[in-house]
Amino acid sequence: MDYFIELLFSGLTRGSIYALIALGYTMVYGIIGLINFAHGEIYMIGAFTAFIVATVLSIYGFPLLAIVIIAGVAAVVWAASYGYTIEKIAYKPLRHAPRLSPLISAIGMSIFLQNYVLLAQTSDFLPFPRLIRDFPFMEPIAHIIGSTDLVILVTTVVVMVILTLIIKFSMIGKAMRATSQDRTMATLVGINVNRVISMTFIIGSSLAAIGGLLIASHIGQINFYIGFLAGIKAFTAAVLGGIGSVPGAVLGSMILGLTESFATGYVSSDYEDVFAFSLLVLILIFKPSGLLGKATNQKV
Amino acid sequence: MAVFQELKKGVLISLWFVFLTFPVMVIKVDPIARTVTWRWMNALYMAVGTFIIYTLVQFFIKRRGRSKPASTQKEAGSSVIHRLLDNPRRRAMLFVVLAVAAIAFPQLLSSYQTNVMTTALMYVVLGLGLNIVVGLAGLLDLGFVAFYAVGAYTYALLNHHFGLGFWTILPVGGLLAACFGILLGFPVLRLRGDYLAIVTLGFGEIIRLVLENWGEFSKGPSGISNIARPSLFGMELDLHGSIVFNYYLMVLFVIFTIFVVNRLQNSRLGRAWIALREDEIACQAMGIDKHRTKLVAFSLGAFWAGLMGVVFAGKTTFVNPASFTFMESAIILAIVVLGGMGSIVGVILGALILILMPEYLRGLSQYRMLAFGAILVCMMIFRPQGLIANIRRTYVYKKTPNDAQAS
Repeated sequence: MDYFIELLFSGLTRGSIYALIALGYTMVYGIIGLINFAHGEIYMIGAFTAFIVATVLSIYGFPLLAIVIIAGVAAVVWAASYGYTIEKIAYKPLRHAPRLSPLISAIGMSIFLQNYVLLAQTSDFLPFPRLIRDFPFMEPIAHIIGSTDLVILVTTVVVMVILTLIIKFSMIGKAMRATSQDRTMATLVGINVNRVISMTFIIGSSLAAIGGLLIASHIGQINFYIGFLAGIKAFTAAVLGGIGSVPGAVLGSMILGLTESFATGYVSSDYEDVFAFSLLVLILIFKPSGLLGKATNQKV
Repeated sequence: MAVFQELKKGVLISLWFVFLTFPVMVIKVDPIARTVTWRWMNALYMAVGTFIIYTLVQFFIKRRGRSKPASTQKEAGSSVIHRLLDNPRRRAMLFVVLAVAAIAFPQLLSSYQTNVMTTALMYVVLGLGLNIVVGLAGLLDLGFVAFYAVGAYTYALLNHHFGLGFWTILPVGGLLAACFGILLGFPVLRLRGDYLAIVTLGFGEIIRLVLENWGEFSKGPSGISNIARPSLFGMELDLHGSIVFNYYLMVLFVIFTIFVVNRLQNSRLGRAWIALREDEIACQAMGIDKHRTKLVAFSLGAFWAGLMGVVFAGKTTFVNPASFTFMESAIILAIVVLGGMGSIVGVILGALILILMPEYLRGLSQYRMLAFGAILVCMMIFRPQGLIANIRRTYVYKKTPNDAQAS
């Protein structure tokens, strides 16, 4: 039973990370209908920035709490800046191009960023500093749920609540929802669509950076290639939940995280990634609109 | 004043990029030795580089804006190759020159050069194969390398277990890859462009991961070695001989592929593909069987990849899953995009540029993938039609004497 609960929590932790990344995909897709292929790379850059800042600070002997806060803020700021810049360079000029053009551009961006980090840093796996210490009060249940898992779960819940509040009540959230419903109409009622799109990229990238920071301190190592797999899996989660739908992304991520966790725990860990990819292919074949997504009919 | 404004903007953008690339470019930490290296020079290079690139881009955008009315003239200039190909006598001359060069190549240059050229020619065929799927039919296939892997492993495994020869396996590998193409194509036909891209990507990764993990079947990550080289009518060739033979084989393959793809392009099927690419609904309204047309595109594209897979296994005598990563698909896609989607000459040129350039600029070869990524982005933004745009065949109505009488 303990094993089951352990797997359950490990699945929820995975799911939370996927959710943080998947939200970026789903929000961008909801607004400009583009699969932001470079999103996984933004997550990677967030993790890398956190790694660099945290290591530098720990070498210079800062206290742990300061390291966590500064590294977290740096990861979010830089990932958001990257997201914003990528949108301006690679997607904005292609807003009225045929559908495939921005997608190819996004793939190019993703390859470019991976190799940029590879060349500027290193191709080796780097040990990520342990930012989250074991809490004393977690001692009795530490064999079931680790302190890192708890932090990840709590952070994710907090972030989700904030995001929901932003989307529901803030001005920019309302503008986002309006833009995703009908971009032309949104322009007509005086919404600055370009600003909304930039904000979407900034928010999505910040979430991915938080995910990157959390997973890197959970796993304990990073390299330039982590974004690819994480990106594909988060995309799978977003599609599973119905791309374009925010609650769908969270639901899909949790389902994906749990199934992966149970599959590796009870079946075999060799085919973990094959499993995620197969799930993606199967969903797209049988229910391309996802669990909570709306089926759209193409009109002439 | 305007110049000053421009300058200010340029400086601001360079500063932004310096900020953006600061943690990754400037700081380098060694977590084990616990040392920090501050590479301030990189920030300076970044600033200067960004400023220059920004100025150049602005300059070109301005010039393009100014010469808008004369764009037809520019268009004509860019299609020198097309004009060359349109004139029958020049075309014949060009072909003769190319044929002589192709035949003389391995005799004049070392076997290393020949080997490099063979690889480039393989990518020409792969690019032409992907061109059917992406360029003509407009289906973005990011898992193209899966079919390449199918071909390579078909030859590797059948040769390893049953000792079957290259020439027997060549059609088998191609057909098996085509079957995989249908297998993948069948369920994903209903999907729209971007979903299709992701599914094909997933498929490509599944094939690679299965090859990596299913040790009893494929020997896992260590791969299969000692695959027989292709033989010439049962003759065993020495190393140099087989390199030269591989080269001529590839030349024949390229000619064959160009012939087939060219014929396909102007066939009923080829026009159906282009129609499908341009507008799916209108295409269906014209009575084209959408599903069948897409399936044929998929399987034909996969067929070429399968053939090349067999050639690849025969050429390197060793296959392992590491040769079939997503990056390989991305390289082939970059070839098609750079050359010009749907354009045969463009794809050939794209393959030669992208494969030969990093080979001869060895010092720059580590920047290869970086450049490929940048090429994909820049081509989409500045020249989506590619280096050599495909010119759609137009049929001109010629007035005959009968028409003149009638009117």
